[in-house]
Amino acid sequence: MKLLEVDNLTTYYKLKEGYVRACENISLQLDRGEAVGLVGESASGKTTAALSLVKLLPENAIIKAGRIMIDGHDISGAGEEELRKIRWKEISIIFQGAMNALNPVRRVGEQIVEALKIHEKISDKEAIRRTAELFDQVEIDPDRVREYPHEFSGGMRQRVMIAMAIACNPKIVIGDEPTTALDVMVQAQVLQLLENLRRERQMGLILITHDLSVVGETCDRVAVMYAGQIVEDGPTEKVFSDPAHPYTRALIAAFPNIEGERNLASSIPGNPPNLLYPPGGCRFHQRCSEAKAGCRDIEPAITELAPGHRACCHLLQGRVKV
Amino acid sequence: MNSALVKQETVTLWKKNFSSFWSIFRENTMGLIGLIILAIFALMAILGPYLVDISILTVDGVTQVMHPPTAGYVLGTDDLGKDILASVIIGSRVSLLVGLAATVISMVIGTLVGIVSGFYGRAVDTILMRITDVFLVIPWLPLMLVMAALLGPSLGNIIFVIGITSWAGTARIIRSQTLSIKERPYVERARAIGSGDGHIMLHHILPNVFPLIFANTVLVAAVAILSETTLSFLGMGDPTQVTWGMMLHFAFSMGAVSFGAWWWLLPPGICVVLVVLGFTFIGYALDEVLNPKLRRRDQ
Amino acid sequence: MKPVAQNINNSALLTVSGLEVHFTARSGFLTSLLSRETIRVRAVDGLDFNLARGEILCLAGESGSGKTTTGKAILRLVEPTGGDIFYNGENVRQFNRSRLRRFRQDAQIIFQDPYESLNPRQTVFSTVAEPLEVNRLTSSQGEKEERVAEALSDAGLNNPRELFLRYPHELSGGQRQRLAIAGGLVLKPHFIVADEPVSMLDLSIRAGILKLMVDLRDQKGISYLFITHDLSLAWLVSDRIAIMYLGKIVELGSADEVIKKPLHPYTRALVSVIPVPKRISLADKTLLKGETPDPINIPTGCRFHPRCPIKQARCREEEPLYRQVEGGRFVACHFI
Repeated sequence: MKLLEVDNLTTYYKLKEGYVRACENISLQLDRGEAVGLVGESASGKTTAALSLVKLLPENAIIKAGRIMIDGHDISGAGEEELRKIRWKEISIIFQGAMNALNPVRRVGEQIVEALKIHEKISDKEAIRRTAELFDQVEIDPDRVREYPHEFSGGMRQRVMIAMAIACNPKIVIGDEPTTALDVMVQAQVLQLLENLRRERQMGLILITHDLSVVGETCDRVAVMYAGQIVEDGPTEKVFSDPAHPYTRALIAAFPNIEGERNLASSIPGNPPNLLYPPGGCRFHQRCSEAKAGCRDIEPAITELAPGHRACCHLLQGRVKV
Repeated sequence: MNSALVKQETVTLWKKNFSSFWSIFRENTMGLIGLIILAIFALMAILGPYLVDISILTVDGVTQVMHPPTAGYVLGTDDLGKDILASVIIGSRVSLLVGLAATVISMVIGTLVGIVSGFYGRAVDTILMRITDVFLVIPWLPLMLVMAALLGPSLGNIIFVIGITSWAGTARIIRSQTLSIKERPYVERARAIGSGDGHIMLHHILPNVFPLIFANTVLVAAVAILSETTLSFLGMGDPTQVTWGMMLHFAFSMGAVSFGAWWWLLPPGICVVLVVLGFTFIGYALDEVLNPKLRRRDQ
Repeated sequence: MKPVAQNINNSALLTVSGLEVHFTARSGFLTSLLSRETIRVRAVDGLDFNLARGEILCLAGESGSGKTTTGKAILRLVEPTGGDIFYNGENVRQFNRSRLRRFRQDAQIIFQDPYESLNPRQTVFSTVAEPLEVNRLTSSQGEKEERVAEALSDAGLNNPRELFLRYPHELSGGQRQRLAIAGGLVLKPHFIVADEPVSMLDLSIRAGILKLMVDLRDQKGISYLFITHDLSLAWLVSDRIAIMYLGKIVELGSADEVIKKPLHPYTRALVSVIPVPKRISLADKTLLKGETPDPINIPTGCRFHPRCPIKQARCREEEPLYRQVEGGRFVACHFI
């Protein structure tokens, strides 16, 4: 039984003008101790997908369809009461820009203690002890529990947010752009921390990012999202070395690679489509350099290229790679 | 596209801006009510002399004095036999005019001080803000009374007095916004292309402060009209001019209360209340319309 | 001991010598009561480099390295507190108001944030025309429109006249950055400071903007000071790279040399953590401990020594000289 199974998750946002089809038919699987990367640029729907998993969506969001199963238990229909028990204890999230989410006028330790006591019935003393332990696990000196957020650097604040996310020992942690806005050295440090925590606790980790390299360094599997849909998913190694979908190929080509040629030519023309009125057929066809006649009208089906490696593209149909 | 077309297109652009603003504004019930109220009074003020025969306001020994509403005199008469309704309509002109003129003075001074103070900072800021503080702290009513008493009862003086006692709050708000805008990268860019201080204040600070000015003006106008009413009521106004405040002044001093002449007391008072409410409603609506106007990002 | 200043190269477009930008910060209330010390933030603490005509020189470093402050100081958007800046042989720090204004026509800047660096209330036309108006460079509306259209087109925005009356929020991130570039190009500059020009843009858009920059250099001979924290971009685009740490340059050389054969331990560490789009292990990377310290508390001796994997006792006491080790290669380390 998989730790997390998401089937055909579809979330829309309701606006005055209509529905923004933020993510459609998202299917994911996660095993214990596994890390999956969700890669996409802005407006790809990756954050919406993440928020849908913990049901922390804004008011005008509607989950139209899909099943979310944690350890075989379907939470898609769960009410607030049940969700409260699940959030943070089974699945937690590190939000985008989380390092700015700390209350500046309260001590850092207090904020974790508060989070602990909300979710678990433990005494103050126990909560404080666990907080110090958490600081240790995220490699911050436990004596700093009494300091204020402004006394921490960006990287350290992010570690505090990680501590908060793992406080109740969840089975699954979602990191939404956990290293954006951090210096490259600090980024590497934080990723290594997440790696270590994942292995020690056998947590499932979903990393959401626009940065392919983050995925390359930490994730066993990757799903590439474009305009609200998953266009390719599979083992990281395979997807990077042998990308099947034109968008994945273009994305990898656009990534500056110091081990390759100094090549500035790759850039994808145009902009992502407006998801209020998504284009018919394949959503990438307007920007695809290999688009053919049928791509405009017919939505591509999922092609399984190899066990675990799938992509949605008309050009792949009938072709099974081994 | 030649330059005449550019000018024409610019006009179309202004229209586009206005209609997008209007489409949001008209969703706001409070704002609409406020707008309707003010429209009614504005019409009243503009069309006043055509609706009312001025001669009704001259004292003829014929009309009954202190007479409750009857046919021909919808709101009754005052102690000199003048028609109350006519007085209210004519009075709206001056009341509104004084209020608006004072508002203009107040906003101009407040905006100037706010922008200059916020933009230059340091010594200029300190000096200007201390002056502003003085005007903020002095209780406006006694100040107004003293000044009105010293300068003499005339409408021009009232406008002046109200104007200079109400600019301080605006200055603070605008200064605060200026401080924030000053730090934006586009202001730095303006410097990098060689703009001088004046150009930056006029073309970058002012347009971005404008929504705040607009919202603030509306509320200051409400206060200004109320202030004029207060001053006139207390006897500082020009007795030869008909304003709502003067009507109340004469009503009280001529014993309308003991006489039970409600038709003389209520109409001017209600008019003032309604106009102030009108401005305040619009002010609240503007706040809602202009605040969530965040830039649309691609994400 | 002051590092040896480079020879002022009169054929270089820009020569920076001993540049310092120190800020004084006010300490907290109690601290200022109890002590007389003013806190000095030594954001830029002694820089020497040249920029040749038509060259793209990258100032690379993490946050707190002083790279952005350097870029702004050269344009005097932030006033330098020490050292010299020579532009075409003239001393920039001594420019009076009118000379500074002419300098600003020749030396432009592109900011990092394409959302915040444009006035939301100015149309596309107005944004690009403003530099012309402020400097009184055109005499008729027609001429103004011509030059605006030309600048927009040079910046890669097709059908420029159709964009004239649009507002920035109607454009995408990439288009907005091109608009910002057009706003600088309209003055026909010879030198542009590009401060993280693509870090806020999507990956697939970045290459386009970088290619634009390089094309402008190739076609119009514009020199760039390219400021970034992303070494892979630096490598892709620059002729030479200067690695900055806490206000000083620790290594300078050609892009290939610095990235493929780094000398300074800090450069080595940074290069080892450069992201690559493939499946690799974090264990192969040299992860430094801790983070860059505050420029308020610069370590004694070699400022990198607390985090340096090869530090010795000498590093804590003596600041290393910034010197040439091979032709055109400069390093500041005791052990190179």
